[in-house]
Amino acid sequence: MTDVLAVDPVPPVAAGDTPPSRATSAWRRLRRDPLFLAGATIILCFLVVAVLAPWLAPHDPAARLLESQVSRARNEIPPPQPGFPLGGDADGRDLLSRMLLGSRQTLLVAVLATVIGLGGGLVLGTLAGALAGWVDAVLMRMVDVMLAIPSLLLAVSIGVLFVQQSRFTVILAVAIVQIPVFARLLRGSMLAQRVADHVLAARALGVKPAAIVLRHMLPNSLGPVIVQTTLVLAVAIIEAAALSFLGLGAPDDSVPEWGQMLGTAQDVIDSHPQLAFWPAGAIITVALGFTLLGEALRARA
Amino acid sequence: MLRYAVRRVGQLLLVVAALSVLLFAWLRSLPGGPVSALLGDRATAESRAALAATLGLDQPIPVQYLRFLHRAASGDLGISTGVQRGEPVLSILLQRLPATIELTLAAILLAVAAGIPLGYLAARHRGGWLDSAGVVGSLVGVAVPVFFLAFLLKFVFAVQLGWLPTSGRQSAGLDATRVTGFFVLDGLLTREWDAAWDAAAHLVLPALALASIPFAVIFRITRGAVLDVLGEDYVRTAYAKGLTAGVIRRRHVLRNALLPVVTTIGLQTGALLSGAVLTERVFAYQGVGQALAIGFTLRDYAVLQVVILAAAMTYVLVNLVVDLSYALIDPRLRT
Repeated sequence: MTDVLAVDPVPPVAAGDTPPSRATSAWRRLRRDPLFLAGATIILCFLVVAVLAPWLAPHDPAARLLESQVSRARNEIPPPQPGFPLGGDADGRDLLSRMLLGSRQTLLVAVLATVIGLGGGLVLGTLAGALAGWVDAVLMRMVDVMLAIPSLLLAVSIGVLFVQQSRFTVILAVAIVQIPVFARLLRGSMLAQRVADHVLAARALGVKPAAIVLRHMLPNSLGPVIVQTTLVLAVAIIEAAALSFLGLGAPDDSVPEWGQMLGTAQDVIDSHPQLAFWPAGAIITVALGFTLLGEALRARA
Repeated sequence: MLRYAVRRVGQLLLVVAALSVLLFAWLRSLPGGPVSALLGDRATAESRAALAATLGLDQPIPVQYLRFLHRAASGDLGISTGVQRGEPVLSILLQRLPATIELTLAAILLAVAAGIPLGYLAARHRGGWLDSAGVVGSLVGVAVPVFFLAFLLKFVFAVQLGWLPTSGRQSAGLDATRVTGFFVLDGLLTREWDAAWDAAAHLVLPALALASIPFAVIFRITRGAVLDVLGEDYVRTAYAKGLTAGVIRRRHVLRNALLPVVTTIGLQTGALLSGAVLTERVFAYQGVGQALAIGFTLRDYAVLQVVILAAAMTYVLVNLVVDLSYALIDPRLRT
């Protein structure tokens, strides 16, 4: 399962050199991995666009500059024209500016949802893995129940609990779904370490239990968690888009976000597919970038 | 084996019990409480009071929960307030279930029929063009939102080319006899070939879109498992014994590699159910998923509650069956 990508042999270490640390040698191998490079390039471009968006965008993304060219009766939206290379959206706003600024909100959704999911999972997984016994049993049965509900259904069930939908409720719904995934993952590697030599040694030396967990077990369990985090960044963007598509996105679209733009575009997709293709293309590219990074890390780390 | 089975079933019952508590709590914490949730905001004061009395909202919480269970157990799953207004949720579920089962089965069949042979070939010709294309394709597949793929298929093959129908399960004006509720099967059983053909044509695009999820996973797992098995000692031994390559591939490689693939198919049930909601929505395919998608938009909590529970139970049941059959094949797992 982990062997999706071919693995090169570890570069031989010349006699007399100090062998490189694990992190350094992993990085050396990563640097030459085409999948990692492709993923890193995509994500770097995405980050640059997100940071520079306000200066790159030619127009105000909320201003209905081309409203005169919108006709709902004749099903017309502004076509591409000088100054508006992608044309306008169904409300006459500049599509290019919305795409550029949308990158920021999409990044926010991905990062916040992942961080919240990771944080919750870290707490639950560490508790279960470190304390084992009945705490582990209770927490893991809770995780079982959450994992029994298909992820999208769980996310929408959480989404409808909020009276007022906003971007933050979308983020929260996507994040909560990831908590059991992270918790299960961390718990597994923590439990395996309880009997590992370095933990037994630390215990024999009389290191405090809390310090053993935080300094010895947790850092050594983070490898698979980092891989999963990278993959969840992609999942979060896609799930947020799916929530928007089902009508549970943020109702206010003055601040653009790709998932929301794609969700709104479905109403006019038969006549104006470009409104869906641009945000969908962007989402697919960024999600692919995170997936490539995650897979490259999984195979090499 | 029996002890293992009993323990797994016990775990399942525990999960289902916890799910029912969770769902009960969910229904109570919805905006406006259960009465507004079930009746909507525009209900009259009398109907609200009547429902509150029927639901026993004046009773203590544990009593309410037991009543909720009792009603559910006796088949009273509430009345739809939006999806099919006024109809009992149970009948909506029964009427739409065959559609979703038909769609999901078609998707799994497509994914298995394409994923296992391609994954096997990719592993045998590791590093070749099929292998590279498959690995890249399965990575891209993960990044494409399933509802967008559904849109794309619909736009190209139904709207632009007009080869296949855009929506629904059956063409308007076609009068087909219903036997089981599975439209393709009905057409075959009643020998109404045009109806079977029509239903199958409506199934193609949604099934293709939905199949993309399990296909990418089955391809990758098959490829990885075959690669693992090819490196095993017993395969080398088989070659050393002078067995023919065909026998080794069939008896040793494929058979051992398929075990993880079977588990994977079970684990895909959840993703398939999520995907069915999105795909059915795009193609206006009258299944349970569409009811759920509309239910979320219209806040039809009676329908949502039942469908979510049904989906979760399907998921845990499928995985129970997979685990049990797995333990039956491989005794080491009965711990």
